Amino acid sequence: MTLRQTFKTAVAGLRTNKSRSALTILGIVIGITAIILVMSLGQGAQNLILGQIQGIGAKTIAIVPGRQPKGISDIASTLTDSIKQKDVDALKKKGNVPHATDIMPIVFSSQTATFENQSYQPTIFGVTPLFASIYNITPQEGNIFTDDDVASYANVVVIGSKVKDQLFGNGEEALGAKIKIKGQSLRIVGVLGKQGQSTFVNFDTAAIIPYTTVQTYILGIKYFNRIVVQADSEANVNATVEDIRLTLRNSHNITDPTKDDFFVETQAQAIAQVSTITNVLTLFLAAVAAISLLVGGVGIMNIMLVSVTERTREIGLRKALGATSNNVLSQFLFEAVILTASGGVVGITLGALFSFLASLVLSRMLSTNWSFTFPVMGALLGLGVSAFIGLVFGLYPARQAAKKSPIEALRYE
Amino acid sequence: MSLIEVKNLKKIYADEGAQTQALCGVTFDIQAGEFVAIIGPSGSGKSTLLHILGFLDRQTSGVYHFDGKSIDDYSDAELAAVRNQKMGFVFQSFNLLPRTSVYENIRLPLIYSSIKQSLWDGLVRKAIKDVGLEHRAEHEPSQLSGGEKQRVAIARALINNPRIIFADEPTGNLDSKSGAAVMEILQALNQKNGHTIILITHETYTAETAKRIISIKDGLIVSDRVVAKRVDAKDGFVK
Repeated sequence: MTLRQTFKTAVAGLRTNKSRSALTILGIVIGITAIILVMSLGQGAQNLILGQIQGIGAKTIAIVPGRQPKGISDIASTLTDSIKQKDVDALKKKGNVPHATDIMPIVFSSQTATFENQSYQPTIFGVTPLFASIYNITPQEGNIFTDDDVASYANVVVIGSKVKDQLFGNGEEALGAKIKIKGQSLRIVGVLGKQGQSTFVNFDTAAIIPYTTVQTYILGIKYFNRIVVQADSEANVNATVEDIRLTLRNSHNITDPTKDDFFVETQAQAIAQVSTITNVLTLFLAAVAAISLLVGGVGIMNIMLVSVTERTREIGLRKALGATSNNVLSQFLFEAVILTASGGVVGITLGALFSFLASLVLSRMLSTNWSFTFPVMGALLGLGVSAFIGLVFGLYPARQAAKKSPIEALRYE
Repeated sequence: MSLIEVKNLKKIYADEGAQTQALCGVTFDIQAGEFVAIIGPSGSGKSTLLHILGFLDRQTSGVYHFDGKSIDDYSDAELAAVRNQKMGFVFQSFNLLPRTSVYENIRLPLIYSSIKQSLWDGLVRKAIKDVGLEHRAEHEPSQLSGGEKQRVAIARALINNPRIIFADEPTGNLDSKSGAAVMEILQALNQKNGHTIILITHETYTAETAKRIISIKDGLIVSDRVVAKRVDAKDGFVK
């Protein structure tokens, strides 16, 4: 009996019980659908985050205060005041970091802003005009403030679209108006258009103010939460990181590098970190989804055993007409594998469809460009795994079928 | 050389300690081209004998040579091959695959044979024609009458052009008219095509369509005779 004939016989066997075959593969369909959905969304999230990191520019380097966090418990160590103005001055000396083109200190906080009777809590960014070019934002109305505003501790602010909506009614002119943050009156010089959620910064809820003003008049602090350095080229990023380390160690009188009270992050590192995190999360979720595959496999075995008992006379007849035990074994094994593999194909199709719909919904909800990705590796793996499950869980019932003696099987009532 | 040689054949069923002796030592020969009826009351051991002769079961002791070779020398896979190539079976309860067309039921033995696939369609069409069921080829067993079902079973038994046909109470589930039609086909196969036929029945009048009758009772042969006045199934017979 040829393989093709065995395949045809198995398909014919399944077709005589169409609705049962369809219900049997439901478990496998759900499992594979879930795996494809999780993998596709995981890949989509990773692409989105990486896209935004890369959008910031590969030449951008961030200096963060505190020890580099190695785990959750280390996060608190980044909330220190180790980076101050003298560090910015040291970095700005051309001899110290020769490949740095721009240096921008950042302070951030969350404070209540009021205008007349309205109040809202925007995210405060104390920065320089460089902020606009790094994050590629342009005010819809007015302009970003100038370096002179930074130098003169000017009371000016650029607000995000949501901040405007919350503080000003419809049609009310925001540009030129004065809002109050922690008692400090700030004149609105720019209003951003709707930007949507970016991974790190939501510009819609932002209030962008010269860092000097934020430090002195709003927060009353002398340290920074970040320093962003732009290298002159991607090739010089690593050299610049080294220069920054040496300069800050010198500035902080640190001789032992393990005692650094700051750390330097590049986009390459951020990309690697994000990839690791999303990959681990995706794998974890896919593993959870894989449990349903196991349950589906047990379901297949159960139905195949019922089928073998029910078709005992058929097995006896086939043997009487010349089928060997191996013929019967392969017929039932093929039936199980065809069941699970077709469940896999349906699951992959549904998974892709749901992922596509999810990408449309997510794009709308987050107002971002969430791209749909079809996980080719996931699909191939899903197909392989489902066929394998058919093989494993179909083997026992198939062996039970093959073992039957022809006359016992023919006599079965 | 006889097609079938049986010497002191015994079959004992052991079930949960209790032993039942179905065959207590039977001896006979059957030549190629014979039409033999094995007759006996229910429980006499005739079906057990047919199952052993048809390679569906093995004897407990004694000798069985088919075509000059002992059944003990065949592996299970070889037994399957002999059943497929040299034997055809017709059962009382038809044993057709449900929800499967007449055409596919008749083709079933071919998928286990070494006959080239390109020849299958011609063979199946011819077998369907031989039993007069051309108009029923695409019907399923549930749409057929008992007589038609048994004709499908006969066509299936003939598809591989076997040397011997085992018919186990082929008229048992049929009315007398359909029964006569089935026996007519079997007689014709024996007379025209020279097929060896072994018929199991408990009905004397059905047995008398054969050339020779072996009577069995309590697992032993009580008589083995040539039929003096053979019934011609074409004339019809009344149960």
